[in-house]
Amino acid sequence: MSWIRITHTDNVPLREGRAIQLGSEEIAIFNLGGRFVAVGNRCPHRGGPLADGIVAGDSVVCPLHSWKICLDSGDVVRPEGESACVLSYPVKVVDGVVMVRMAAERAEAA
Amino acid sequence: MACVEQILRHSPGFRITVFGDETHVNYSRIQLSSVLAGEKETEEIFLNRLEWYRENNIDLRLGVRITGVDAAARTVTGDDGSITTYDKLLLATGSSPLIPSIAGVEKDGVFCFRNLDDTRALMERARPGVKAVVIGGGLLGLEAARGLQLRCADVTVVHLMSTLMERQLDARGAEYLQRKIEELGVNVLLSHNTTTILGDSRVEGVAFVNGYRMEADLVVIAVGIRPNVELGRMAGLVVNRGIVVNDYMETSDPHVFAVGECVEHNSTVYGLVAPLYEQGKVLAATISGHRGPRYQGSIPEARLKIMGVDVFSAGFVQDNPPSVESIRYEDPSLGIYKKLNIRDGKLAGVILVGDLSDSRRYMEWLRTGEDLNNKRRSLLSPDPAPDGGANVAELPDSEIVCGCNGVSKGAIVSAIHERSIRTLSQLKQCTRASTGCGSCTDLCSSLLKAVAPEFEEDKKKVLCECVPFPQEALREMVRSQKLKSVQEILDIYGNGAGCEVCKPALSYMVDMAWCGDHDEDRSARFINDRVHANIQRDGTFSVVPRIRGGLTSPTELRRIADVAEKYSVRMVKITGSQRIDLLGVAKRDLPKIWADLGMTSGQAYTKGVRMVKTCVGTEFCRFGTQDAIATGIELEGSLENLYTPHKTKMAVVGCPRNCAEATVKDIGLVGQEGGWQVVVGGAAGKRVRKADLLITVETTDKALRAAHLFFQYYRENANYLERTYDFVERVGIEQVRRETVYAPPAAQDGLLDRLAKSKALAPDPWLERNQPRHQTQFVQIQPMETVNV
Repeated sequence: MSWIRITHTDNVPLREGRAIQLGSEEIAIFNLGGRFVAVGNRCPHRGGPLADGIVAGDSVVCPLHSWKICLDSGDVVRPEGESACVLSYPVKVVDGVVMVRMAAERAEAA
Repeated sequence: MACVEQILRHSPGFRITVFGDETHVNYSRIQLSSVLAGEKETEEIFLNRLEWYRENNIDLRLGVRITGVDAAARTVTGDDGSITTYDKLLLATGSSPLIPSIAGVEKDGVFCFRNLDDTRALMERARPGVKAVVIGGGLLGLEAARGLQLRCADVTVVHLMSTLMERQLDARGAEYLQRKIEELGVNVLLSHNTTTILGDSRVEGVAFVNGYRMEADLVVIAVGIRPNVELGRMAGLVVNRGIVVNDYMETSDPHVFAVGECVEHNSTVYGLVAPLYEQGKVLAATISGHRGPRYQGSIPEARLKIMGVDVFSAGFVQDNPPSVESIRYEDPSLGIYKKLNIRDGKLAGVILVGDLSDSRRYMEWLRTGEDLNNKRRSLLSPDPAPDGGANVAELPDSEIVCGCNGVSKGAIVSAIHERSIRTLSQLKQCTRASTGCGSCTDLCSSLLKAVAPEFEEDKKKVLCECVPFPQEALREMVRSQKLKSVQEILDIYGNGAGCEVCKPALSYMVDMAWCGDHDEDRSARFINDRVHANIQRDGTFSVVPRIRGGLTSPTELRRIADVAEKYSVRMVKITGSQRIDLLGVAKRDLPKIWADLGMTSGQAYTKGVRMVKTCVGTEFCRFGTQDAIATGIELEGSLENLYTPHKTKMAVVGCPRNCAEATVKDIGLVGQEGGWQVVVGGAAGKRVRKADLLITVETTDKALRAAHLFFQYYRENANYLERTYDFVERVGIEQVRRETVYAPPAAQDGLLDRLAKSKALAPDPWLERNQPRHQTQFVQIQPMETVNV
């Protein structure tokens, strides 16, 4: 599917996330300094808003119960052995605008 | 004890009794300066625990001073009246501080810096604003000075000679050292001969030969040490400056041996730790009937243990042409000075200031007498090692890794394999490596990592794996290295990334250390502190406006009701802290709600000042003895908006009936006839704890002052997420009192000044509704294109 223009890069501060509603999907965009990433905004645990989490390197920690999600793969990193994940979306920056491709990388885990 | 360990290894058959006049088990004396500097806890420098003595069947007599030796009867007499017979007597009496002939050294406030008790006494006395004079500009004096200065004392080092550490450094090296010491904030006074300690019974100052005087509350004498030889004399041994021993560590009596700082070998007395271990090995062999190994003297080696001031000196370092040739390198901007003394093509001595990376190589050259004629072009510029691992691999097995304990690389590697060691603490226990001065700790860790198949980091009480240091050490680093942002700390001392554990803790630390004058980084704060509201399970937020002392008005209540209806607030709740909670608010509505409420933030979402609960006090209550409401409102207003290590709840009650539950609050004021009790460290949450009495005072002003002193003391000394009740128990209420309400006026003023400074830079966070920190702080970003998914 196509790339969607989301927002200017300076709307997402360094090492923070912002939630964006895209049709029926809610995604979280993070500024990791030098690159932007996007994942589904709802934690697979209890639906906490990942965009409000603290960034820890390449992961984000959910503000509700501290589940840790890898921002590149969408996989749950903590608790260990947890097979749930969130969707991750390809991101590119063109002319200072963050763009996201909406076709999900892979199907949502059961 | 290092020697006893060696003896046990050689010959476990001895029945050993150990006498010591100190009341502690043996500890690493050279690390006392780290304890004084706050870099190490006392427990960390103990070497052998009581269990170790029991396991090895050693009869340990602590606090017993040996006062007599009868060499003919082979007995020793203790000051407890005990008489003990021996087959072999080992004298390891060490040395005592040299006390110069200065009038008034017996006055209160004059200390030595030699043992654990001295160190503890100094830690008690050293506090912000105290004027400390350290007499002696040698290793010990400088380490004492830095330790005191880290405890915020105003420190001057007074030295008799014209340069610092003149025994280990040449004049140029000493200049480099002095500059660094002065940069740290320690004053240096050279060529000053102290004659008198001034004051009646307590120290008030010091006077010098040249008539100059200076004020002092505290004097530390660290001019040198002298060997303790009295017992040697009593035993009829040959004694010069020290107890004379031969290469086998035998004294003139075949039943008596001596080791360490109390001995004189080949006309040399070593006031250093390293020779002791070499001597101990020889002695252990001799005493256990394996006479053979010989002690052939040591190369004197000194290392200044002050964080950020690297000084190393070994061998013969003074200028002495033409027999000695000196090769120098200097970089004044970087503060680096290196000097090698070469005699007959071999290294005779070395001085390193500001860069010790080559100390190991030079020490090896000194030990082996390496021929340097072919290395003349690269003496001061080695080939850089490609990486730490390769460096470790390149070390020959015979190379000494731990100079203090004489442990070679080979010994460490075989211990790792044979005993399946996987942590540094196991390695320490097993080989003793890195238990001395600690300078080889990194190397030992690298060896472990390279060799141990199942290497594990030691579990220290560190803040977090991302920045593996105890919080106390981090607070010191933040201050001394002038770090003002979380990211700087993570970049310099951590993994550069951080996580949800360390980032909020470091955020608190920089804010506290710089009294609000730091570089605030909201990405390092929890979401609650980014939007000043408490996140709920559905991702919405709760809003709790500040209602000081729980005192409100009909108008205010009406306004709150209007706001709740206007924004369809899902729940309105009276909280346990005499406030009103509006629950279920969307992030984007927060600024509008705050504006409509026209009230300030109640900080119900953060580790900060929550509330001051009050009873109605004298205003209406027929039992009230103090004006609880007015006092509570004043207390809350004076502290609101400040961050604390964990949430801080307070209460003020007008009489001991305690209706607002002040005795289970972090800080409570309990009114009574004619005054107030100020109580701290109470809790009624996960734990229930009755608060401790801090002080009883007559006036409201004094009660508020006491509360402020404790509040700032807690802010500065508690670990992040440590509630007052844990903090007070950890530190002890006695110490809390000593360092707050009973602290010297200057220290109290310091606490209150820093509190005032922090308060001035802590505005109502809800004002960010008008000036957000970031343009999308509260805004829901809309995509630039619409999507139909």
